[in-house]
Amino acid sequence: MTAVDDRPQAAPEIGNARRRKEDQRLVTGRTKWTDNIQLPGMLHLAMVRSPFAHAKIGAIETSEAKAVPGVMAVYTSADIADIQGVCITAWPVTADQKTPDHLPMPGDRVAHAGEIVAVVVARSAAVARDAAELVDVDYEELPAVLDLKAATTDEVLAHPGLETNKSAFWQLDSKGGGTGGDIEEAIAKAREGGIVIEREYRQQRLIPAFMEPRSTVVDPTGEQVVMWSATQIPHVLRFCIAATTGLPESKIRVIAPDVGGGFGGKLQSTPEEFITLAVARKLGKPIKYTETRSETMVSAHHGRDQWQKLTLAAEKDGTVTGLKVDLICDLGAYAAIVGGGVPVLGAWMFNSIYKFDAYQFNCTNYYTNKTWVDAYRGAGRPEATYAIERMMDELAAEVGVDPLEIREKNWIRHDEFPFTTVAGMTYDSGNYEAATEKAKELFGYDELRAEQKRRRDEKDPVQLGIGVSTFTEMCGLAPSRVLGSLNYGAGGWESASIRMLATGTVEVITGASAHGQGHETAWSQIVADRLGVPFESVEVLHGDTQIAPKGMDTYGSRSLVVGGEALVLAADKVIEKAKPFAAHMLEASVDDLEFSQGRFTVKGTDKGVGITDIALGAFAGHDYPEGVEPSIDADATYDPVNFSFPHGTHLCAMEVDTETGQSTMRKYVCVDDIGNIINPLIVEGQVHGGLVQGIAQALWEGAEYDEQGTLVSGSFVDYTLPTSADTISFVTDHTTSPATSNTLGTKGVGEAGTIASTPAVVNAVVDALRPFGVDDVLMPCTPERVWKAIQSGGGTQDAETTSAQQAHFDEGTPNQDPAAGTTDGVVQ
Amino acid sequence: MIPAAFDYVAPTSVDEALSALAEAGDDAKVLAGGQSLLPILRMRLNAPEKVVDLGRIEALRGVRDEGDHLAIGAMTPYSDVVDDALVREHAGLLVKAVETVADPQIRHRGTLGGALVHADPAGDVGAPVLALDATLVVVGPGGERTVPAAEFFQDLFETSVADGELLTEIRIPKHTGWGSAYEKFVRVSHQWSIVAVAATVRVEGGSIAEARIGLTNMGSTPLRATAVEQALVGKGAADLADACAAAAEGTNPPSDLNGDADYRRHLAGVLARRAVQKAMEG
Repeated sequence: MTAVDDRPQAAPEIGNARRRKEDQRLVTGRTKWTDNIQLPGMLHLAMVRSPFAHAKIGAIETSEAKAVPGVMAVYTSADIADIQGVCITAWPVTADQKTPDHLPMPGDRVAHAGEIVAVVVARSAAVARDAAELVDVDYEELPAVLDLKAATTDEVLAHPGLETNKSAFWQLDSKGGGTGGDIEEAIAKAREGGIVIEREYRQQRLIPAFMEPRSTVVDPTGEQVVMWSATQIPHVLRFCIAATTGLPESKIRVIAPDVGGGFGGKLQSTPEEFITLAVARKLGKPIKYTETRSETMVSAHHGRDQWQKLTLAAEKDGTVTGLKVDLICDLGAYAAIVGGGVPVLGAWMFNSIYKFDAYQFNCTNYYTNKTWVDAYRGAGRPEATYAIERMMDELAAEVGVDPLEIREKNWIRHDEFPFTTVAGMTYDSGNYEAATEKAKELFGYDELRAEQKRRRDEKDPVQLGIGVSTFTEMCGLAPSRVLGSLNYGAGGWESASIRMLATGTVEVITGASAHGQGHETAWSQIVADRLGVPFESVEVLHGDTQIAPKGMDTYGSRSLVVGGEALVLAADKVIEKAKPFAAHMLEASVDDLEFSQGRFTVKGTDKGVGITDIALGAFAGHDYPEGVEPSIDADATYDPVNFSFPHGTHLCAMEVDTETGQSTMRKYVCVDDIGNIINPLIVEGQVHGGLVQGIAQALWEGAEYDEQGTLVSGSFVDYTLPTSADTISFVTDHTTSPATSNTLGTKGVGEAGTIASTPAVVNAVVDALRPFGVDDVLMPCTPERVWKAIQSGGGTQDAETTSAQQAHFDEGTPNQDPAAGTTDGVVQ
Repeated sequence: MIPAAFDYVAPTSVDEALSALAEAGDDAKVLAGGQSLLPILRMRLNAPEKVVDLGRIEALRGVRDEGDHLAIGAMTPYSDVVDDALVREHAGLLVKAVETVADPQIRHRGTLGGALVHADPAGDVGAPVLALDATLVVVGPGGERTVPAAEFFQDLFETSVADGELLTEIRIPKHTGWGSAYEKFVRVSHQWSIVAVAATVRVEGGSIAEARIGLTNMGSTPLRATAVEQALVGKGAADLADACAAAAEGTNPPSDLNGDADYRRHLAGVLARRAVQKAMEG
């Protein structure tokens, strides 16, 4: 017998395009969603919501509702005052941030349409709904501030008690921070002998529109109060409840069962969750609340909503010397859990992949009487990426060169990594040249440029535009010390545990909380490789604070980059703990052991033992080495040392029908560098979904309010979500520069497509229209807006770009009229 | 989304349905395919005392050849209209329009008659029915009457079908051999028409002998562009722009998030030209 191990080597799981093990139950719906949960004696809620954007709450007449058979109670704010808790802000961005109190059910005043003023409890949801119609609320309407720019004047106050609409001002300055030069000097110099480009862009308000409406069930009948909720953040939610309701944290169990999507929209502690808890505690009975889609639209937090003023300074040849960013951001009526921190996350991203000498980021947050705003897929980074990628195209147009050429002139070369940016971030790895080269080839860049020229020359009514977006983002939120330095209210670590069961299967417990991402599959692949156990033997448990007691949950493309590393640490601890068992069983020295493919072997011999046999031995406990505990299970907590920085080159070709303004996607290619890939199929899904969500911002979606503060796009009739019928087949590919800050070399992919695609599409639309003298179209680029943009340039090609379109901030007029392309009476 | 409580009846004949409606007075709603009514009930925009479901009246479904015209039962689902060989042969314009309605699920539930009586000006069935000079059969307590399509649509969500009456049949004169096209302009595929133009033409020797043009969402009802129809007579495919430019004359389109009235008027001209062009090609 030789010492050669001739057993077949298992193919590595990492990199295998496995179909997702969770999809059988998720796709068929045969699983446990919150709304499926039925408990004995459970009662149901219906919320009474304000139709007014801003009003004093007067008398609330509940007797008629209470008289409806089947109604158990009707509560107003006073009834639950001592137990309702508070919706908290985890990130006051400055010490002097003004933050209005946010009670789940206010008693004196509502600050946006859709706020809850009373709750009906009944034996069925139908009865609760009927009775809710009978609750009569006296409102005294107050003036409402709805427009973000109007909010900056303080003429009407969203919260009169705050005496201003301004929440906070936050600045990052490269000179002050020692990471670069003086922005004012750079701009002044460029005004004399270089190029200064000033633009104002609008990030419209979006609605996250997750598939599963939010639902909460609370069971107060045991020693612990149990809350099931359709949330991304069971652990954070438990903390919020403990911090504000008087319930001890140890008496609260929060469970996020299978959750149907979130996109950041379920990264919140919501009024509905607090109210459901309060009613359950008050009545001592299990309570369920499931919202309608209409309620989701007005009450779940919205995303984006900024005006962005940008001043870019460059030399005549297109070398950028500085960028100044002035944001005003609409927080809506309240500072949400991340709230004012979302736009601040853009601070490190406006400089993107470029080497700027000087940089300044100014962000001022305001309150309005609209639905609160918080994280939505990308959270701060799509806004930044949009602005800089639009500006780089404007610079290319000004210099008269190809947009890719202007980017190449300014980007960080692959041999310059690691590179510390003008915003102070250290990018560990990347290769913008390689991704761009590959994307150009897949796109047929030169051929499409030739076609574009031909269509221009022939004055084809259908013009072709080519849009570029060479993006990067910061993922893997986040090193806890960095969060601490930013005054964020929590850490950014993640936790994992591995339990080696006696019968050979492996339980993996993760603090990340999947809501559709495919963690169960990817985590199984990582553990299968690390411990040498079959993929099928790994069971991933998550989303229950009693099963996975520690976690920071899922958002910010963090689950794999942070949670995956915690898993690696835990697996390595298992192997370390198993080693003395193996040595004991093999009668060898620990130092002579090797671990590979799930087996410890004694170097130079054929003696070996499998890790699952060790697990059984530890379980039996009949014979194990002195001085160790009879267990090889392990827990680990990983705190990242840096963010990760995925990047990519996205190229988009749009055909614009100049007769109607309709824009139709012709081709979309993206080459993303997300580091090492655990499961290519999951990555493909994330990229495709992300692309569509970003394209939707460019072309289709927008939350619009009327002058009364009513959400006009309050259903999917008017909030035009795309479907697969509206998109084309994307070409996706990758280059790989593994992250150097973690052992798996992963960077995160959940938000990449959304961040990158929006500017690629708008750049393409604008590129098609440049011969008409057009240099911008408001998002979403509706056919009407595109057509009107063409008409504003005279409707013919070869129109000069007029001074009106190039207006200067200094003249006191932004280059975009907020009313351009919108319908009368609709507030931007 | 839970509607307010209502009584529900599902008669199996038109007579039973009429009695049910008569009993309920003006507090009843008729349920055809439910694709508009159910969202209205669920959002509590309407709370009728009684819902009369026509879904079990078999006599109201299907397409018959009646010599010079087709008779389409009011409860015929969109998908059956699109797939019907008679409709495809003799009323191609209706097929072209109906196959653009919403998405496959809705086309399997929604009915031609239900959509006509609902009379949403952004709906896709009014303009082709108008352009094809259909006659609508309405029955009520007083018996049966026929209404020309031109008199059927009264206003926004209002037709000549009175409370207590039912639309039972749509009679469409055969347009055998006519070319047709429905140019629907939307931002996303499942959306209501922002503007649409229904065109059907009879071509003789390369030029238009007869044309019928209907407009969707250019006013409070579907509209017929008769001036364009007349101007098109004798025109060849290369010679349509001037005649179609007048498509928006006399219209009063809405302004909303998808576009203001001026933009819709502009679209109507462009879409009319394109629809007629396509119709001439078949």
